[in-house]
Amino acid sequence: MLEIRWHSRAGQGAVTGAKGLADVVSTTGKHVQAFAFYGSAKRGAAMTAYNRIDDKIIMNHEKFMAPDFVLVIDPALVYVADFTANEKESTVYIITTHMTTAELVASQPKLEGKKVFTVDCIKISQETIGKAIPNTPMLGALMKVSGMYEMDFFKENMIRVLKKLPQKIIDANMIAIQRAYDEVK
Amino acid sequence: MADTMELRDIEVWDGNMAASQALRQVQVDVVAAYPITPSTPIVENYGSFEANGYVDGEFVMVESEHAAMSGCIGASAAGGRVATATSSQGFALMVETLYAASGMRLPIILNVVNRAIGAPLNVNGDHSDMYLGRDSGWIQFDAYCPQDAYDLNFIAFKVAEDHDVRLPAMVHQDGFMTSHTAQGVHTMTDKQGFAFVGEFQPMNDMLDLDHPVTHGVQTEEDWHFEHKARQHHALMTIAMSKIQEAFDAFEKYTGRKYNLVETYNVEDADAVVVCMGSSVETAMEVVDELRAKGMKVGVVGIRVFRPWPLEQLAEVLKNVKAIAALDRSSPHGTVGMLFNEIAGTMFNTGTKAVLTNYIYGLGGRDLTKAHLVSIFNDLKANADAGKLTTPLQQYIGLRGPKLSFF
Repeated sequence: MLEIRWHSRAGQGAVTGAKGLADVVSTTGKHVQAFAFYGSAKRGAAMTAYNRIDDKIIMNHEKFMAPDFVLVIDPALVYVADFTANEKESTVYIITTHMTTAELVASQPKLEGKKVFTVDCIKISQETIGKAIPNTPMLGALMKVSGMYEMDFFKENMIRVLKKLPQKIIDANMIAIQRAYDEVK
Repeated sequence: MADTMELRDIEVWDGNMAASQALRQVQVDVVAAYPITPSTPIVENYGSFEANGYVDGEFVMVESEHAAMSGCIGASAAGGRVATATSSQGFALMVETLYAASGMRLPIILNVVNRAIGAPLNVNGDHSDMYLGRDSGWIQFDAYCPQDAYDLNFIAFKVAEDHDVRLPAMVHQDGFMTSHTAQGVHTMTDKQGFAFVGEFQPMNDMLDLDHPVTHGVQTEEDWHFEHKARQHHALMTIAMSKIQEAFDAFEKYTGRKYNLVETYNVEDADAVVVCMGSSVETAMEVVDELRAKGMKVGVVGIRVFRPWPLEQLAEVLKNVKAIAALDRSSPHGTVGMLFNEIAGTMFNTGTKAVLTNYIYGLGGRDLTKAHLVSIFNDLKANADAGKLTTPLQQYIGLRGPKLSFF
């Protein structure tokens, strides 16, 4: 069982990102789950979304999770959200920030000694998609760090997931995914 | 003619999308709806399918849930295939019309995405609304995951519209835990899905002008009792056997098997939890883990809540030594509904089982695997002692001091 927790603000696309990832993973025959915690829906409120991935059917519906990966797609959440909750020794963090990994860890001591990767999904999405929608670039970074799938396979499936969007937006998302894949450190 | 939608064999759908795709595939004629969280996407998706030509139907926007069900009643009495969805406070506002729908024997399908009822206001999942509907004369199916929400809609139409049944049916799923959780769902093609239910066959429809009928008449002491008795008789005898027939037919059709009472490792179990909704599946996973440690534990899931599967449940539980009834609704002044139903089911069977009650998960509070392990440990102690070793009713997952009664 592979478990992923997303930290996001409502409106940044964590739910869409989690569902998109589940959709791609499902095509490989694995079983998936994607869900989120919603309060009263307010744009900008801190929220969490979740993925479970397994070779056998997933029966567990508890919300509790000790994640293998924590994906933070809003830079400020590492200072205000409990993003290390229920962490394991092996938990890998991928965090959106304009800082280097060393600068980030210095600014947030909770990350000291952890497996931390950084990438600026906000900047990438602004420069490619034209809006701060950091969900798809985060998936590109996750592909690089986890080695889950080859980039070509992943992008091909993401094009299908995003098929309802205008072609221009789909193309921009593909560039964003590739950039995050190349830039995550 | 509606357009066909190409689906993959496995689609990653949440429970809401699964339910709305089923409504599309059976080609519901009329959806009258007043959306409410967390069931909103069901009717929203149907509206989108209808607007894009994927269903030949009517979407009727109304001013309240009371009006939504009233619109459904009118459309169903007129002779159409009818469905809608609701949750929580919206369900509560519908209650008066639910009795009208069942009393008029109209085969409407209502998707209830279970949610707490305020105050305090809460959008998350518990079973308060499902419990509220239990005397309304509707058939109530319970889905544990998005796949169930998809499949049970087809089964619900098949049963409700049967001319020997002619009763409305609810398909329940847990708010957010199922409705907003995306998982792989095995699909039918549009043709297969429609063929399982078939063309709608109206009966006593008001638009059949050659055979005029009256719906919603007044009966006083002279006939009211006979009407209600007939409705109860239909639920207790005909509906039960037709549900089993539909489950059997669906298994032949898709390979997916549903039972009035779902069981998991119950045959040789000393200790069993009985629950509903997504908790059933979580409990199954806990049972696997405890079985690996040598504990003889099992899970019973109630699949059909009304009509209550009394005989089937008594048979399933006959050799169990300790039973926990898990209620996700506040009983406000007594033991939980499942406790009462199970006690009533077992009372004349000669069982010596120890029965306890847990209230959990109100307003979406998480039921963790650790909670379930602690319940099974309580049950083991009860089974070993052959008597209560814990309070009869306990709260689980509640913050603050431990709360228990009796």
